[in-house]
Amino acid sequence: MNTLVDDLRSALDPVRVRTGPSELSLYRRDASNMEGSASVVCLPQTTAEVQACVRIARRHGVPFVPRGSGTGLSGGAVPLDGAVVIATSKMDQILRVDQLNRLAWVQPGLLNLDLSNRLHHLGLHFAPDPSSQQTCSIGGNVANNSGGPHCLAEGVTASHVLAVQVVLPDGSITMLGGEEPEPAGYDLRGVFVGSEGMLGIATEVCVRLTQNPPGVKTMLMDFASVEDGAATVSGIIAAGMVPAAVEMMDQLCLQAVEAYIHADLPVDSAAALLVEVVGLPNGLEADVERIVAIAQTHRVKTVRVAQDDDERALLWKGRKSAFGAIARIKPNYYLHDTVVPRSKLPEVLAKVYEIASRYELQVLNVFHAGDGNLHPLLVYDAREIGASERVHLAGQEIVRVSVEAGGVLSGEHGIGLEKRDYMPLMFSEIDLAAQQALRCAFDPAGLANPGKVLPSPASCGDIHSVPEGVWI
Amino acid sequence: MDLNDFAEEVGSSGPVTIAGLATRGGPVEDVRPVMAPVGIEWMQPDEMTVCCGAGTPVEELDAALAAHGQSVAIPPTGTVGGALAVGQSGIRRLGYGPVRDTLLQARYVNARGEIVKAGGPTVKNVSGFDLCRLLVGSHGTLGFLGDVILRTRPRAEHEQWFVTTDDPESVMLQLYRPTSVLWDGTSTWVLLEGDHRDVDAQADRAQLSRSDPPAELPMGGRWSVAPSTIPSLVGSGRFVAEVGVGIVHHEHPRPVSAIDPSVVELHRRLKHEFDPTERLNPGVDVLSLG
Repeated sequence: MNTLVDDLRSALDPVRVRTGPSELSLYRRDASNMEGSASVVCLPQTTAEVQACVRIARRHGVPFVPRGSGTGLSGGAVPLDGAVVIATSKMDQILRVDQLNRLAWVQPGLLNLDLSNRLHHLGLHFAPDPSSQQTCSIGGNVANNSGGPHCLAEGVTASHVLAVQVVLPDGSITMLGGEEPEPAGYDLRGVFVGSEGMLGIATEVCVRLTQNPPGVKTMLMDFASVEDGAATVSGIIAAGMVPAAVEMMDQLCLQAVEAYIHADLPVDSAAALLVEVVGLPNGLEADVERIVAIAQTHRVKTVRVAQDDDERALLWKGRKSAFGAIARIKPNYYLHDTVVPRSKLPEVLAKVYEIASRYELQVLNVFHAGDGNLHPLLVYDAREIGASERVHLAGQEIVRVSVEAGGVLSGEHGIGLEKRDYMPLMFSEIDLAAQQALRCAFDPAGLANPGKVLPSPASCGDIHSVPEGVWI
Repeated sequence: MDLNDFAEEVGSSGPVTIAGLATRGGPVEDVRPVMAPVGIEWMQPDEMTVCCGAGTPVEELDAALAAHGQSVAIPPTGTVGGALAVGQSGIRRLGYGPVRDTLLQARYVNARGEIVKAGGPTVKNVSGFDLCRLLVGSHGTLGFLGDVILRTRPRAEHEQWFVTTDDPESVMLQLYRPTSVLWDGTSTWVLLEGDHRDVDAQADRAQLSRSDPPAELPMGGRWSVAPSTIPSLVGSGRFVAEVGVGIVHHEHPRPVSAIDPSVVELHRRLKHEFDPTERLNPGVDVLSLG
């Protein structure tokens, strides 16, 4: 009998079936700090080749792991138990653009920012803009239902995907969703988005495109307390405005970034808000006035409205440079991702500071305040004895206090391996059984990226033999 | 009635159907009907969320949200649960998005009579599989919605319908984010929202005339087509098409289209996983509805 690798090499150009130790090592992890082991890495160029990889893996009873750019932060693309990695990086073409109806068909390996850059001359863009948008792929965005600063007004990836052509775990090719708005039946497109590679592999994606705004106003406002900043955010939303983005940086973050990029940031303030509104000129001016007035009722210290594109770019550079800046403090960081109701931001942030201080860690907060999406950055030196353990324990507590405050486990990074075992914090056994039922309908054999998202799943055949009301 | 009572009523055996205000076809005939809890549990305008029983009339929810200058992007009749279970959008979908994007969290009763939570209470959430999107449009065949948390949206300061005889393509290219663009083969109606000065300026630029909303929409069938195929509807009968969306309100029933066998098989397996004895809304075939 042929080996797995022999079969793959007969289906794909052998140079795109890699087994070298350095490559296997490269593909055993994503951007998280978790590691697995791959038996072989495949780089298909077509849907038919993806199908061949899935069929061969299935025939050999070996699990497969879909992979985009490997920028995920929750271990979703980490191969477990010698899985076949199917990387879509060589499938990176824009297949078709419909300017009038504002949609595009793309291959999954296309990079997020490349898509928007290449649509710029049409006045269109792809709205989800994760911080990793220069390197993350559209397929990865689909798998993780990715967000980004501008998802406050526009919604996350699920709102921007109309259809996915997929190779299902049984090796068949089908289309979920469509250009038409209400395809018959269940919203299979909807459940596929965010399924972290556990329901199949996307081989073509039909994305909705968004008109570039005719006008943009970006402002930086700073406050003497986190409470005032958070109250300003709630005040803006309650007043009926949904800015394109509302980002918050706390003092440690402001100081770290200022030392790095010298953008004249308000380093003496407890928190700063970066608020961006977009639209037509009159509405835009009115929104800026109302936002400043709301900030004033919450004791804003200074308001800086970007006067031109350069200044706007500089303000955003402050927000986006946080990760570079922290390298000046400590060599390692662990980025968390939870969501809490906006009204609970001050309370939860206070707890985050308390947790970090108890574990003798520095924490910087730079996050999507508009939708309550916290991103505490724990900075540490992995060479210090016990540091990694302290980071891990502190992270656990941060997740717990977020959920206890009425929040959720993840706002945009996904569950993957990182938060799989935290799922019971948010879901009962009955809730998890329903998620497992979805998984079983798509992948009864359990070969598509197993071991992620769902804690200790039962095998699919067992489900209906369990006594009523009981779950294993 | 609270959620626990509702779950008890659904029970764990025997055929059962979900009833609301019967604005979308009503419950399955000759099957024991149950009704979901009614009433708004809480509203959090500064979180842009609201929680209510699935049996709450959309009108009641809308009136309560209006007091806070907000609304939800679901069509105006029947119950909230019915609107979600059917999943059809209203004519403002171009601006407001589909119904499926409004549901953040659902607590539903499954075929075993258990209460199941799907999704989460915050606008942003990627914790686990997105069962909420599976429930929207599932016509009560996988579970009965008990209570839901919905994403709200601010009401615009100003809105105005316009009309023109220009073709919809040129209208679409001239406007920034219209809320609705409708076309009957001759006239194009446009709904603009926002600051009244911006609305007027956009309308002037595209040479639109103020008008009433289009008169009654044809009720023979609700078609769902790729928006790029809308121009080819001319000659098919009387219609009003939602430009940029692809919903067509047509005098004739929706043409039957073939469904991929893999998709049919996924539906069969999903139904089997969620409702193995086919007791929930028995006989309802979601693939043949529309």
